[in-house]
Amino acid sequence: MNAAGIRQKIAFTILGLITLLVVAPIVLIIYYVISRGWSAMSWEFLTAAPRNGMKEGGIFPAIVGTVLLIVGTMLFSLPVGILSAVYLVEYAKDNLFTRLIKLSVVNLSGIPSIVYGLFGFTLFVVFLGFGTSILAGSLTLAIMSLPVIITATKEALEAVPMTYREISLSLGATRWQTVRYCVLPYAIPGILTGTVLSLSRAAGETAPILFTVAAFYLPRLPRSVFDQVMALPYHLYVISTQVPNMPAKLSFATGLVLIGLVCLMNLVSIVLRAHYRKKKQW
Amino acid sequence: MAALKTRISIENLNMFYGDFHALKDVCLQVPQNNVTALIGPSGCGKSTLLRCVNRMNDLIDGVRTEGRIIIDDQNIFSPETDVVLLRKKVGMVFQRPNVFDQSILNNLRFGLRIHRQMRSKSETMELIQKSLEDVGLWDILKDKLHHNARQLSLEQQQRLCIARVLILLPEVILLDEPCSSLDPIATMRIEELLRVLRERYTLVIVTHNMQQAARASDYTGFMYMGQLIEFGLTQGIFTAPCKELTENYITGHFG
Ligand SMILES: Nc1ncnc2c1ncn2[C@@H]1O[C@H](COP(=O)(O)OP(=O)(O)O)[C@@H](O)[C@H]1O
Ligand SMILES: [Mg+2]
Repeated sequence: MNAAGIRQKIAFTILGLITLLVVAPIVLIIYYVISRGWSAMSWEFLTAAPRNGMKEGGIFPAIVGTVLLIVGTMLFSLPVGILSAVYLVEYAKDNLFTRLIKLSVVNLSGIPSIVYGLFGFTLFVVFLGFGTSILAGSLTLAIMSLPVIITATKEALEAVPMTYREISLSLGATRWQTVRYCVLPYAIPGILTGTVLSLSRAAGETAPILFTVAAFYLPRLPRSVFDQVMALPYHLYVISTQVPNMPAKLSFATGLVLIGLVCLMNLVSIVLRAHYRKKKQW
Repeated sequence: MAALKTRISIENLNMFYGDFHALKDVCLQVPQNNVTALIGPSGCGKSTLLRCVNRMNDLIDGVRTEGRIIIDDQNIFSPETDVVLLRKKVGMVFQRPNVFDQSILNNLRFGLRIHRQMRSKSETMELIQKSLEDVGLWDILKDKLHHNARQLSLEQQQRLCIARVLILLPEVILLDEPCSSLDPIATMRIEELLRVLRERYTLVIVTHNMQQAARASDYTGFMYMGQLIEFGLTQGIFTAPCKELTENYITGHFG
């Protein structure tokens, strides 16, 4: 082997090791959570309400709560996020005002989640009078998710070649038809990736739901969007820090369910992405 | 030659990209049912002029246009002009054969769909067949309409792009260096196609290939630095140009 070949081999080995370094913590965390929590996992744990000071029973209300919050977040943040990104990329003129908007979108994603929580509490819970409720929590999480969704959608739209828009317009399509038929179908995989990323983050956040929706202990299921719910991340926080003599395996099992939920969302997005890559249907 | 009818009348056209004066006082009468070639060194404004005719330059920020382009007694720059209808009437074929990453069928259906001309299935198929026949692809592709258009050869893709324009029943077709990514044999065949199409359409082709202009066009305009230097019968331009600049260009002294 010549010198260049050897150097290449060394470089690839180093790169490979670094990659391993990145993957290792993830694998370790998942392994640790599974090994500590798996013994508490059971059908009852997934489908029953907590009992006996939350030391027994299951976490069903918290699972339902988190799923409802994800759905609520999605309902608000997807249309608003995607449409505003479409507007910014496809329609808005490049002037000081739109540049300011773009800049603030980027900066919004750097705001700590507890600040979103306080904002949501002030605006939705108190000012708009929604009370601590699914509605207030979903809206707060949606606002927190927007920057990532907008940025991801923007990037996905910008990655669609200009020529697609040119052909479409040159054939007499309007701007909206061009977006609808020639841009969005090609951007959907990228939009999905960013969306699921931000929804996964929303699913695991404690701070934004702390004052806006999360219930400490509420075994019955919600009846309307103005009800409070339990949610997995907050429940995890509560049983890990607020309940004395809590068996640790219950905390880890709760964490495992949360991880499983996020993985499930990612799986769905992978399937959808593959589907759109194949079809790109109009 | 029979009485020549003007299809597109370009009158004192000036165009600016911001401060850059890209077209300077261009006047040009494009004759109907002929192939008009625009030649000139790279950067002289051929594409810019072509893209004025279907108002594709509208898409670029900071573009300013002065003067008029008259098609069917109407100035296309006037506020009453419906750009959608203009672009349907004046189709465009680009340099790169840019088919959509979709089936051949979807590529052709796209225009019908956006213009809400999806009629019955059989009528649509008839239009598709007709447009593919016009570009000489029907026999090859009739059993492969569901294949992805990207799988075709570059020449076939460019023909498909032409068919995609033809299906909308345009009257003028603008072609911006349509052969520049094709090999010489494919180029010759596309040129043949243009000669056939000119019976029914008015064609304007931009090319930096002088042989192509000489072979495929009836009229030629020579552009230089944003100006139309000379315009006339192709034969005249290539055998006895009036301007020294034109002569220098076609004899290969610059460009
Ligand atoms: N979008 C644009 N913005 C600014 N200048 C442009 C733009 N497009 C083209 N130009 C300039 O206009 C001139 C003519 O360009 P073009 O029409 O593309 O030339 P040609 O097609 O003859 O090679 C060139 O000098 C080019 O740099
Ligand atoms: Mg050009």
